[in-house]
Amino acid sequence: MSLPQPSQTDFNDPRLAATRADLVRALRAFLPADAVLEQQEQVRPYECDGLSVYRQLPLLVVLPRTVAEVQQVLRLCHARAVPVVARGAGTGLSGGALPVGDGVLLSLARFTRILALDPVARTARVEPGVRNLAITEAAAAHGLYYAPDPSSQIACTIGGNVAENSGGVHCLKYGLTVHNVLAVTLVTMDGELVEIGAAAPDSPGYDLLALIIGSEGMLGVTVEVTVKLLPVPERAQALLAAYDDVERAGQAVGDIIAAGIIPAGLEMMDGPAIQAAEAFAHAGYPTEAAAILICEIDGTLDEVAELAQRVRALLLASGATTVQVSQDDAERLRFWKGRKSAFPAVGRISPDYYCMDGTIPRRHLPQVLRRTAELAAEYGLPVANVFHAGDGNLHPLILFDANKPGELGRAEALGGQILELCVAVGGTITGEHGVGIEKINQMCIQFSPAELAAFRAVKRAFDPLELLNPGKGIPTPRHCSEYRQLPERGPEAHHRQ
Amino acid sequence: MDEQTRNTAAHQDLTTELTEHVRAAAAAGRPLKLRGAGTKSLLGRPVADSAEPLDLAGHAGIVNYQPKELVITARCGTTLDAIDAALAEQGQQIPFEPPRLGARGGPAATLGGTIACGLSGPARPYADAARDLVLGARVLTGRAEVLRFGGEVMKNVAGYDCSRLMVGAFGTLGVLLDISLKVMPLPRCSRTLVQACDQATALERMNRWAARPLPITATCWADAGDGGRLWVRLAGAEQGVLAAQSAIGGEPLPDDQAATFWTESIREQQHGFFGGDLPLWRIALPQATAPLDLPGPQLLEWGGAQRWLRSTAEPAAIRAVVSRCGGHATLFRGGERTGAVFHPLAPPVLALHRQLKHAFDPQGLLNPGRLYPEF
Ligand SMILES: Cc1cc2nc3c(=O)[nH]c(=O)nc-3n(C[C@H](O)[C@H](O)[C@H](O)COP(=O)(O)OP(=O)(O)OC[C@H]3O[C@@H](n4cnc5c(N)ncnc54)[C@H](O)[C@@H]3O)c2cc1C
Repeated sequence: MSLPQPSQTDFNDPRLAATRADLVRALRAFLPADAVLEQQEQVRPYECDGLSVYRQLPLLVVLPRTVAEVQQVLRLCHARAVPVVARGAGTGLSGGALPVGDGVLLSLARFTRILALDPVARTARVEPGVRNLAITEAAAAHGLYYAPDPSSQIACTIGGNVAENSGGVHCLKYGLTVHNVLAVTLVTMDGELVEIGAAAPDSPGYDLLALIIGSEGMLGVTVEVTVKLLPVPERAQALLAAYDDVERAGQAVGDIIAAGIIPAGLEMMDGPAIQAAEAFAHAGYPTEAAAILICEIDGTLDEVAELAQRVRALLLASGATTVQVSQDDAERLRFWKGRKSAFPAVGRISPDYYCMDGTIPRRHLPQVLRRTAELAAEYGLPVANVFHAGDGNLHPLILFDANKPGELGRAEALGGQILELCVAVGGTITGEHGVGIEKINQMCIQFSPAELAAFRAVKRAFDPLELLNPGKGIPTPRHCSEYRQLPERGPEAHHRQ
Repeated sequence: MDEQTRNTAAHQDLTTELTEHVRAAAAAGRPLKLRGAGTKSLLGRPVADSAEPLDLAGHAGIVNYQPKELVITARCGTTLDAIDAALAEQGQQIPFEPPRLGARGGPAATLGGTIACGLSGPARPYADAARDLVLGARVLTGRAEVLRFGGEVMKNVAGYDCSRLMVGAFGTLGVLLDISLKVMPLPRCSRTLVQACDQATALERMNRWAARPLPITATCWADAGDGGRLWVRLAGAEQGVLAAQSAIGGEPLPDDQAATFWTESIREQQHGFFGGDLPLWRIALPQATAPLDLPGPQLLEWGGAQRWLRSTAEPAAIRAVVSRCGGHATLFRGGERTGAVFHPLAPPVLALHRQLKHAFDPQGLLNPGRLYPEF
């Protein structure tokens, strides 16, 4: 056991086919024909999300258009105890939207309307299937934007962002989804509509909004989201610093923050990541460097001028071999282009890659990078590191070839070891991609049985029958006791596969 | 941390004692009334007299402070003053400017009580709220279990965000033992400007400014019988503050007066508006809401999102007006405190509250009735 395998079911199993036929009949009673997909080739595109090593065909797919339809679908599934998995754009990287074989895949893809945009109050009310970038595009006319900017922002939906509490390269200063969403409308598994949060601050009672954001589709289905919009800064400027030593680059991050400067973005890449990104994006990165830092400063014209000077001096004092300061927006965007396309860039130099997402207290960076390199050597797989340095969120990318026997298993085992290393230094197994099915084992390492029991109690407060996105996010006690008892979790176990 | 500081009253780990206390209370089915320094005991609803006090001020001390990582972890009994002092040494601060609300010369507000009440000060709409800055917490539940949620890192999505759930829960879900907060640098430069204007103009100005990239960190409007004045605080890099000052205009306030105004008058409610015994209502609204037609004087903060009202009007009448605008109203101080002090919850939301309460405190031992009469 290395992969937390989803229970594999056969799409054509006769019992399942009978359940499907029944359910399709009931759904078609209130849904238009094109809103229910039941043929194997129709549901195939939904078999995985961005973590495509896990695949499972759903029982069927529904694509409702209205909130009332979502309520009816959930009420029906609730009455029949059929599991439901919500799906936005399917760009998730932890298998969160992976279907379950005997459950409905509920796609929110048709909820693409921006319902209201108030430039005075600086809020937008949108449907869950609206793409992250589409909000910023709609707000641009008013000099406003939606701050969290995951690299997948062209494709990923705000509903998915809410489910994952997604971040981006600007979270150190502007926060994550949880800091930028004011309210959501949720449909709970029994079909009830619940308004959570509001455009007014500090909603009365418990902070249910904090609970919903990052809940990976396990507590309810988001059918509407109200986000906060921010004024576009007058000016942004980026600095690109090269280092011949990774630790020195890490040190520089702390120096900037200790000087009282909170950059809009502060990203780091190591040698292998720089080379892959440069080959892909031609961003002008120094390919011989051991590490680069990209530091973006934003604010008013005068503020940026003042801060850029101070940051440049700090970077040089910290031992940067070169520091480039963007002269215009085209150059600034070029610095970012390499970083933002780091994942696909690595995808080009290796048949497959596996993206990890641990967060660590930044002071342990040298130790974590050193140990990661040792582990990579032990497992015989190269690792490139992309790092949201400002907030300690590390994305080691493990390169492998799924067609070579045993490599996938080894990549996942190595990934698991890296995550457990993050926990050991006081960090977490996931900073922004979520637990999904992928990190369900490591949840047993990060949390005690009592903590996991508390999570399950929260789950049952919203979904007593545990029908929403089952098998994701929170492991069962049995799963954890099995995982903790595994005799061997080292590389040899996987070399033998 | 040397041995001496470790052993002072200001630095003690009482996790074991507190856990035993809750365990004994659970065994006896005896409710507990959580208490830090008592500075916020007048907020919310009163806990029944039969509840036994659980004193938390002794569980104190800064456990970990990493200025370069912008994070501090402290025990619940640590005073905000102690935390501020430690942060100031490194040029940092708690960005949400938590109100103390203690009597002058009385016990100093603790971190635990501050986070449990979830109140934020003048910077809230421009910086972050208390809940936004909580990164993690160690919580003692009504089951006498010590659970750790979140952590000391900025980004963490493993498991549900139960540490933020505790912010503003008034201790009804658990005792906050230790809390990790994101901290921020102190601004290099700060300037407060005053403009004469009425409430409607103030609202229009505050919202217009907020839609522009200006380094505003606090706003307030009050009318002391002078037709009304608007205070605006700018803070950040010096060049940015100076440019914004000329962009928005107004009479600059001397720095010491400005500091007293935001800290004492507004955050600590020493302004004349807050004096006297009339019921004090805290009204939260979408910030661009037009002036509310309610009897009694008002003082506005947070760009219009927080409005204080002194009024003897019927709670139901006040709440009807506020609800229509998408806001909520809390009877902050005075008035009849055994009814709905906090804005009533919609039935499905109340049902979720009951179930969450059951999840963390199945016997209903912790601060029963403090938030709502139902749990
Ligand atoms: C190239 C690439 C780069 C990426 N970069 C980043 C990054 O920089 N930062 C970052 O945080 N993430 C990043 N991601 C991960 C991913 O894009 C985010 O997690 C995103 O928020 C997922 O949105 P989605 O619409 O694709 O959701 P999906 O993948 O469809 O679903 C994700 C989860 O949300 C649930 N869900 C979706 N919609 C709803 C709804 N309406 N109601 C309830 N639950 C719902 C699903 O059940 C699932 O558990 C990246 C992914 C890729 C492929």
